[in-house]
Amino acid sequence: MMTSNLPAVAALTLGPIAYHWSAETRRDFYAKIADETPIDTVYLGEVICSKRAPFFANDLPEIAERLIKAGKTVVFSSLAEVMTVRERRITTEMMTLGEAEVEVNNSAGLLAIDGRPHRLGPFMNVYNEETLSVLAGRGAHHVCLPAELPGPAVALMAEAAAALGVGIEVQVFGRAPLATSARCYHARAHGRTKDNCRFVCEEDPDGMPLSTRDGVPFLRVNGVQTQSETYLALIEEIAYLKEIGVSGLRLMPQQVDMVSVAAVFDDLRRGMIESNEAEERLSEICIGTRLSNGFFHGLAGYRRITKAAASFS
Amino acid sequence: MPLDSATSELVCPAGTPAALRTAVDAGADSIYCGFQNETNARNFPGLNFTPDQLAGSVAYAHSRGAKVLLALNTYPPAGKFALWREAADLGAKLNVDAFIVADIGVAAYIKKNYPDRRLHLSVQAAAASPEAIRYYCETLAVKRVVLPRILTIPEIRQIKREIPCEIETFIFGNHGLMVEGRCSLTNYTTGLSTNMDGVCSPAADVEYRPEADGTLSTRLGAFTIDRFGPDETAGYPTICKGRYIAPGRPEGYYAFEEPVSLNLARLLSDLIGAGVNAFKIEGRQRSRSYVRSVVSAFRTAVDDVRAGREPDIADLLALTEGRKETQGAFETKKWR
Repeated sequence: MMTSNLPAVAALTLGPIAYHWSAETRRDFYAKIADETPIDTVYLGEVICSKRAPFFANDLPEIAERLIKAGKTVVFSSLAEVMTVRERRITTEMMTLGEAEVEVNNSAGLLAIDGRPHRLGPFMNVYNEETLSVLAGRGAHHVCLPAELPGPAVALMAEAAAALGVGIEVQVFGRAPLATSARCYHARAHGRTKDNCRFVCEEDPDGMPLSTRDGVPFLRVNGVQTQSETYLALIEEIAYLKEIGVSGLRLMPQQVDMVSVAAVFDDLRRGMIESNEAEERLSEICIGTRLSNGFFHGLAGYRRITKAAASFS
Repeated sequence: MPLDSATSELVCPAGTPAALRTAVDAGADSIYCGFQNETNARNFPGLNFTPDQLAGSVAYAHSRGAKVLLALNTYPPAGKFALWREAADLGAKLNVDAFIVADIGVAAYIKKNYPDRRLHLSVQAAAASPEAIRYYCETLAVKRVVLPRILTIPEIRQIKREIPCEIETFIFGNHGLMVEGRCSLTNYTTGLSTNMDGVCSPAADVEYRPEADGTLSTRLGAFTIDRFGPDETAGYPTICKGRYIAPGRPEGYYAFEEPVSLNLARLLSDLIGAGVNAFKIEGRQRSRSYVRSVVSAFRTAVDDVRAGREPDIADLLALTEGRKETQGAFETKKWR
């Protein structure tokens, strides 16, 4: 078992699958995560589109059990968008039923979860200490910050969170979530609407690429969500995140060898490798996709800032 | 059936003191505006109010029976909360009638320090269900919610039955596509954040670039948002209204939405019937003449509805003449 004895090492976490992967793909994926990675915490569940949830809801208990057996902490993530009667019911049930830990991603869950220990996901817009303090007072014990929050603000959040006994998690790998909408842009690209989408998003397991009219890759469409074309990747920044007391490093599942990605970040968090080696390995795993860290440096999110140019630490 | 004014307040935008006076004179029941900084979601150059200007504007509005709603509807990043706190203190001192907020921390600060002031929940909070709205009502004493532009009228009616506060909906202006308060597209492209800086497609990052083939590219930061032929009118490069190339769409298409305006003039009566208490006109960045014509037209229409008359919507439809308009999600779910 690769769990850590060193409290200084942040937990390595795996965020929920953002895409419409088939039930079989998901089962195989999580089996590998369980058996072959040092990931500590796995977030399960459909966050983006409520229409997708029935396809694998039945598999979730078995997947969760497998992960728990492998020593992982399992957390169930709730929908980012809650509007329809069904979405409301799913959300309220998650908050009130069962004993599994929940990550709330929409304020629709906040009333029902009151008092019960819970996590807050990146869609909850926890940008400052005051909001953190209010929500911690209602049972939030762990928060994944918005991907766009710059480094200095992350440091202040980590400090405030430590005083409140709250964990702070930061996305360190994968496409950045940039927007959600009531409209499904996958369906729109195929001349359909959300109601008759026929799950065309399944064709793009790493998102549908949108390029500018002069051919520059720009964004990715994932159903109602818009993501970055680049994979957000905090590499040189890991040492800084450790220093300021960030307690969770989140990897988002992409269509790359995630076992190898997890190995790179495990080596990084333990200080086993230098960041240039990590960058080399990651670039090789993610061949064809650019890496970015602009948000963390208060710059345009798509940009990649190297150590020489950065002045954050 | 005649309706009283409490069920059909006309909420109008003002980006300058002159626009505020214009809106008041044209019949606005209340005006929303913001300070010249990141504390509001229209932090554009040359727009918004200094503290002195706000003081004078509140006095003008109050003397004519209109209310002033101060937008503090962005998300302060850690380390900068003081700016929002000072804006709230100033707004309270200058006697604004309500604060429009999105951030839970900002709302909690105002509730604690100015419990007599009304809190309105901004569309930037993206509260789109009774459960979400009730959270803000029950824990932060929010008195009104501005609903996202993504709900149908039956859905609004259902929400109204289950919440203890007033509802405000947009009826006219820019048609936002993304869930408000959850969009980082501008930050990804320019380094300025809609949530933290109150900026969307900032003008300083915009470039209109003539290409060798006679087309015109509209760019934001390092990215081409659209490209226009000689016969087309180039639009402003807002990311969610650009044309892009997808695997099955090599010709370039409006991946998110065509550049259209929201105009719910036809649905005014239905919205009131669904329980909407206040109608919001978008456009703090618009000119005085725009504010005058839009506010006057909706004033007349709302008064007609209040008096039980069928509103003459010709004037309202004329406001978007020549431009594409939509009723967005309000009329049908097919929009989604």
